[in-house]
Amino acid sequence: MLSIDRRTPQGAWELRALGQGELLVCIIVPQPVIAASLLTKKYKEFAAVDGISFEVEPGESFGLLGPNGAGKSTTMRMVGAVSTRTSGSLSILGLDPNDHGPEIRAQLGVVPQQDNLDMDLRVRDNLIVYGRYFGMSLSSCAAKAEELLEFAQLADRKKSKVGDLSGGMKRRLTIARSLMNDPKVLLLDEPTTGLDPQARHILWDRLFRLKEQGTTLLLTTHYMDEAEQLCDRLVVVDKGAIMAEGAPADLIRSYSTREVVELRFGSELNASVAEQLVGIGDRVEVLPDRILIYTDDGDGDLGWIVAKGLTPITSLVRRSSLEDVFLRLTGRSLIE
Amino acid sequence: MTALVGPAAANFAAPKPRRYGSWYVAEHRIRGIRSYYKTLLFTAIGSPFMYLFALGVGLATLVDKNNGLGGTSYLVFVAPALIVSAAVTAAVQECTYPILTGFTWNPIFLGMNAAPLSGNQITNGIFIAVLARLLPTTLIYYLVMLTFSAVPSPLGVLDIPIAILTGMSFGLVVASYISTVEKDVGQPAFIQRFIVIPLFLFSGTFFPLAQMPIYLQWIGWISPLWHGTQLSRVVSYGAVEPGWLTLVHVLYPLGLCIFGWRRTQIVVTRRLNK
Repeated sequence: MLSIDRRTPQGAWELRALGQGELLVCIIVPQPVIAASLLTKKYKEFAAVDGISFEVEPGESFGLLGPNGAGKSTTMRMVGAVSTRTSGSLSILGLDPNDHGPEIRAQLGVVPQQDNLDMDLRVRDNLIVYGRYFGMSLSSCAAKAEELLEFAQLADRKKSKVGDLSGGMKRRLTIARSLMNDPKVLLLDEPTTGLDPQARHILWDRLFRLKEQGTTLLLTTHYMDEAEQLCDRLVVVDKGAIMAEGAPADLIRSYSTREVVELRFGSELNASVAEQLVGIGDRVEVLPDRILIYTDDGDGDLGWIVAKGLTPITSLVRRSSLEDVFLRLTGRSLIE
Repeated sequence: MTALVGPAAANFAAPKPRRYGSWYVAEHRIRGIRSYYKTLLFTAIGSPFMYLFALGVGLATLVDKNNGLGGTSYLVFVAPALIVSAAVTAAVQECTYPILTGFTWNPIFLGMNAAPLSGNQITNGIFIAVLARLLPTTLIYYLVMLTFSAVPSPLGVLDIPIAILTGMSFGLVVASYISTVEKDVGQPAFIQRFIVIPLFLFSGTFFPLAQMPIYLQWIGWISPLWHGTQLSRVVSYGAVEPGWLTLVHVLYPLGLCIFGWRRTQIVVTRRLNK
């Protein structure tokens, strides 16, 4: 009997010839890899995560964007099946972490905010001991470690002590470690915090490749450019609650204008000058160090301001970003 | 081809980590210990030679001349205490720094827990690694004791498991405390200076506990070091004591092991689940 079965991260279908000219086609609708509903985590009276709901589809790259202390890492720990939720429901790969923690974790890769590589071990051994945690044989661990050292561009450093690696290399090694078990979902908590721009771009490149291979990514970040680069969809989180959800471009369209004019007149003058700018663009925001004018015609508005005799120390017309979305939603900057 | 998904798949996702997780942690720790094995080997061989030589040639000559121990040579008397003390020292080291590292200095326990391993398995693995270090440490000590003719009875070979039991009882209780430490403000040094060394001095190591004033003897009674040392003396040269007391020397360290082991498991599990 003919039977064809195709499975991809986005879903699956099965074609089966039943004989006598009958053909059975089964389309398996993908279930969300992660489904959180009214997820809450309280420490005594303080709600670190306050009833958030979201779903992540197979193969999707999903982000939690928010400032430090927004509850992103707490959410990640609950999704990572290491922190018990206070209330709400949570399903990871169809399993409840309260009942199947080890089984869920066996299928996840986790890149924590702080690298926790073993400094007593060499680079390659860090990967091998980690693979062993998943029950892999020593020979499988060794082969996988070689493959991932190539992927992480660390093959020439495999016998180095971890302490001798740069910050970017350690981060790449941590990502390589998280891939030892061929995870279905990769959780990345602030993956590029503290890295220089070159190291960030190398890391992004590696994450793009994983995404292309169909790995589901869930990442937290407070860098809007990172969220824009890596996320298909994201939620903006603040004070443990979701403020908005959508694709980065959609969020920008919904909550901001096409362009932003940034003007600096000096910290003492910004507020008084801003009063003269009322009416220009859609709205004007005054930050301690600069004025932001939200508009669809940045160059035109900047020209009008200069023609009016106002001379900023610096001026810049730029595209709206998720930073502006966050500012609009919360009234605060992401990096304070 | 049919792939299982959802709860039905759960039983197949992590059978090995569920069963062998403790051993994987132990394997990791033993690989870590290998990175400083030269120091450990030097200490494990050098320390018994140094102590037994110094006490055997020096202090023993003086004590034996004065027949201070009623016919038992001082070296034979002190050697069981030394092997037990060596085990305690090693156990306290292995129950202190790896746990502080795992939680505070470089939280590798969080990495283990992000994989399928549980708090209980992490604790078990750390303790298995302690055992793995104590076995060669005490074996080498015992062999050196033999070369100094410090073990008259063939039963003295039981010094090895007794020293390991005592080391574990001390170490596991220390671990149960260290696992609660959120911030390192010198607790390891405090434990070494104000708990390990005083107990080493006041647990009948260098002289019988009965020589101490009665108001200080309680230190020995609560010290696993004294219980281990006395038990070791019974098997090593047939030291005479009531049978019930010998039983206490076995049960007390065992009880501490169970307490320290279970309490550490509870604390580690609670700290990981934040």
